[in-house]
Amino acid sequence: MKPAPFDYVRPGTLEEALQALAGHPEAKVLAGGQSLVPLLSMRLAAPAVLVDINDLPDLDHVRVVADGVRIGALARHAAVLRDPDVARVQPLVPLALANVAHATIRNRGTTVGSLVHADAAAEMPMVLRLLEGSLDVAGPGGRRTIPADELYVGPLESSLHHDEIAVEAFFPALPGGSGVAFEEIARRHGDYAMCGVAAVVAVEGDRVVKASAGYLSVSDIPTVVDLTEALDGSVDDTALAAAADVALEQLDPETDIHATADYRAHLARVLTARVVTAAYENAREEQQS
Amino acid sequence: MTTKMMGAKVQRVEDDRLVRGTGRYVDDVAPDALHAAVLRSPHAHARIVSIDVDAVLDVEGVHAVWTHEDLEGAMAEPLPLLIPHPTLTHGRTQYALAKDEVNHVGEAIAFVVADDRYVAEDALARIVVEYELLPAVVGIEAARTATHLVHDDVPGNVAARMEQSNGDAAAAIAAAPHTLSLDLKIERSACMPMEGRGTVARWDPDQNRLQVWTSTQTSTGVRAAVAAKLGLDLGQVDVITPDVGGGFGVKIVHPWPEELLVPLAAQRLGRAVKFTEDRREHFISSAHERAQMHHVEVGFDDEGRVLGLDVRFWHDHGAYTPYGLIVPIITSTQLLGPYKPGAYHVQFDSLYTNTVIVTPYRGAGRPQGCFVMERTMDAIAAELGKDRADVRAVNFIQPDEFPYDQGLIFQDGRELKYDSGDYPAMLAKIKELVDWDHFEDFRAAKAAEGKRVGLGLACYVEGTGVGPYEGAHVHIETSGKVKVATGLTSQGQGHQTAFAQIVADELGVRFEDVEITTGDTRRMPYAVGTFASRAAVMSGSAIHLAAKRTKEKALRIAADALEADVDDLEIVDGVVSVKGTDSSIPLGTVAVLSNPLRYAFDEASKAATQFNVGDPTKPPVAEDDEPGLEGKDFYSPPRSTFASGMHAVIVETDVETAEIRILKYAVVHDCGHLINPMIVEGQIHGGVAQGVGGALYERMAYDESGQLLNASFMDFLMPYVTEVPASIEIDHLETPSPLNPLGIKGAGEAGVIPGSAAFAAAIEDAERLPITAMPISPSELFALRATHAPHAQESK
Repeated sequence: MKPAPFDYVRPGTLEEALQALAGHPEAKVLAGGQSLVPLLSMRLAAPAVLVDINDLPDLDHVRVVADGVRIGALARHAAVLRDPDVARVQPLVPLALANVAHATIRNRGTTVGSLVHADAAAEMPMVLRLLEGSLDVAGPGGRRTIPADELYVGPLESSLHHDEIAVEAFFPALPGGSGVAFEEIARRHGDYAMCGVAAVVAVEGDRVVKASAGYLSVSDIPTVVDLTEALDGSVDDTALAAAADVALEQLDPETDIHATADYRAHLARVLTARVVTAAYENAREEQQS
Repeated sequence: MTTKMMGAKVQRVEDDRLVRGTGRYVDDVAPDALHAAVLRSPHAHARIVSIDVDAVLDVEGVHAVWTHEDLEGAMAEPLPLLIPHPTLTHGRTQYALAKDEVNHVGEAIAFVVADDRYVAEDALARIVVEYELLPAVVGIEAARTATHLVHDDVPGNVAARMEQSNGDAAAAIAAAPHTLSLDLKIERSACMPMEGRGTVARWDPDQNRLQVWTSTQTSTGVRAAVAAKLGLDLGQVDVITPDVGGGFGVKIVHPWPEELLVPLAAQRLGRAVKFTEDRREHFISSAHERAQMHHVEVGFDDEGRVLGLDVRFWHDHGAYTPYGLIVPIITSTQLLGPYKPGAYHVQFDSLYTNTVIVTPYRGAGRPQGCFVMERTMDAIAAELGKDRADVRAVNFIQPDEFPYDQGLIFQDGRELKYDSGDYPAMLAKIKELVDWDHFEDFRAAKAAEGKRVGLGLACYVEGTGVGPYEGAHVHIETSGKVKVATGLTSQGQGHQTAFAQIVADELGVRFEDVEITTGDTRRMPYAVGTFASRAAVMSGSAIHLAAKRTKEKALRIAADALEADVDDLEIVDGVVSVKGTDSSIPLGTVAVLSNPLRYAFDEASKAATQFNVGDPTKPPVAEDDEPGLEGKDFYSPPRSTFASGMHAVIVETDVETAEIRILKYAVVHDCGHLINPMIVEGQIHGGVAQGVGGALYERMAYDESGQLLNASFMDFLMPYVTEVPASIEIDHLETPSPLNPLGIKGAGEAGVIPGSAAFAAAIEDAERLPITAMPISPSELFALRATHAPHAQESK
């Protein structure tokens, strides 16, 4: 379990980092390293060069702006998780982050790194999609913003180009009259979930006016389903069952050594009802406060 | 004597060092050593057509690359079959490096020594092996069907078929008023110590001596094997076992290929050489355990009393049989637990598969036996509509029936004769701990909240402290400090503490003044090893006996010096005194006097020089005496001593998600006299954690081609602290063993034994559907619910 030989560069500026990437088609970016380093050690990945971005300036930030939260590429999960302003502006971010692996991994792993690793079993890619956030990336031609719904193209595959570096993620604020909820079921605390679901529900009075749910581990990319029509304003058992039906049509759970596809589908159904109900209640509470 | 240490909750003295990260493990030894890495088979079953190592030879930093062709003499022969048995008619062991054929993924094929492990692994990637693939035999069904054979010369894949009986079980079952048959299955798990295997060796060409540090449960065993394989005398080989980061059974197996190849490389290269196993290697090239299928036929009366029990089972021992039949023999005998069936017959087949070898893992066949017996007890209770505890109670061996002979031969080749126990008292305690009699109220209250709960109970008896022997050497220094050596090894059990307690009590010295050395053949070359919950019983007894001898000598010398009668002396805090007087002498001074000197080296030693001490008319050292305040003794028991215990668990099975939550876990344990209750409870906690793992999380997921799909801690689900019950309620019963001077029984493995049995019972009780295979995951419980329609409807 020792990596194959690789070159290592630790540039001090974004420009140098981009040059290093451009110069090596086999290069990989190293930020927190919580996914990449195990892959190297097991020789499942053998990049020729590691471009360590930990010395780049101005990327280690968690910033609340007028319409949401901006998270720099070097902000660790733990820093985002404990930021009270983030919880105030977009409570779904800490709700989901608390389920990202274990405390020691969150101390080192970065939220933006998790977004670009593009694992359909990971929490933050799904949350970014559900919230309709975006990712800013820098490349040879300058910066561009990738909307979350264009970010994930396949299993462990994002729409970032090889010569680009993700620099900042944007998670929109939770609008008034809305509530969120998150729940996942994993074999062990901190494991990749067998299924996880998050929901955002907007209400007017006691009526649901907008609802959507995000799903992890039950499709090959993070999947978001609009449940507004299926719920038809309500969160009673019939509405929730209809919502779960709609969701399951768009999911494609697979069997692995931890759970069958049937079981994952069942969990998606159970968790849809749970999180939509919880998000609805949170929205009602928010509306009254 | 001041305070009695035996039985006291003494804090473990080793923990300060171990938890601060200053333990010294094999990998910490010889930081300048060359590193070895092993090329392992990627195929479960293949013939090796050719191996081309040419591309490795010019890799900078590579010092050696070997295949089987590079081995000579005994090293080129198969590894030893450690425990032969007359019924093991087709035992097979692997070669240190594969010769012509590989029989499991992970089998060692080539060995590279390089400047560091990175270069060594780079070199492995350059070795080209041509394989001719053979069909893989994976799983017990495939082994039994025997469409394909693991070893061409082993018909039916059967290494051994063994049978034992006590009475005529078939006749008893035929005549019984009630009968049941059950099919029960347990899957593979593994020990998974934090520290994997590891060996360092250094050859001293000037002295013609080999020093080996290895992470083992038997340093004397490794020493004998290394000497035999390398053609050395025992006197040329020292084996030292430093701190060991867990063993749980896997490290009793020896010699591992690397334990021979590393010393050989050190000798050939004239450099220190090190092998440190990584986690993936541990999964595919160490050992697993537990996989067995069982068929039970049982006949019983109206009270649930077992009149006849017939068990047929199939044991998957993997690709080779280095550890003989120990695991299935233990299942076949310890299955009986605290019960006395009217008649018993058991037969097992030990089967080859193209998977990692199976050798004892904590519990060693007992978890399977306990699962079989306890599932049978629950089935009898269900059949008769009786309380599950009552059915067990009518089958118990009674306190006045000890010693109780089960009429079988145990794993040590001796009678399965229980020395002592009190199972009815234990049952009363466990029922109280879980409020057994009021569980239905609890169930009803939970049901009112929409929750589903269940209660399970499992009882076991564990033969511990198997022979043949252990020894101890006690040396009182002139400083008054006591140095104790015993040959078996320590892998975290707290031997430094428990053994020092024994010495402090027997010698009358301060606990702090006792230092224990284990697993170092330079200090104690005669020893067996740490397994079968035997260290406290075997080395504890030997240390007690050796301390007693040392004390006798100390009192004899002190009596002389104090001009008093031995019977009037006592030793308190390291000082010998005449009871009720001021006349005293420190043990350190007694040690000085024990060694007649010609030359003084300090103030104290002057007292032992030739013009100051001794009767000038007699030899300074008497004919039947020897210099020094030392004592050595060995303990060798007639047979094993039998500990026992009962576990009860309450689980909640989530009505919607089928998740299984542990609400309460209770243990009653009887290991005779307790040396240190804190250590025993720690052993129970660790065992319960592994029991939870075996019951609810762990399995070796082999695919049909023999690839292990979950060879990492990401996918092999050992429970975290978050999956283990936050509190485990423990009560002790102390039924002393009559077989050893301290009245103790082993406690090391107990906690894990009834895990699967207790959880299966609790889940069955919650779900009202039969649980016949363990482990069980939420996904599997969900599938079971789906196939048992009535409950499926009930849970919407």
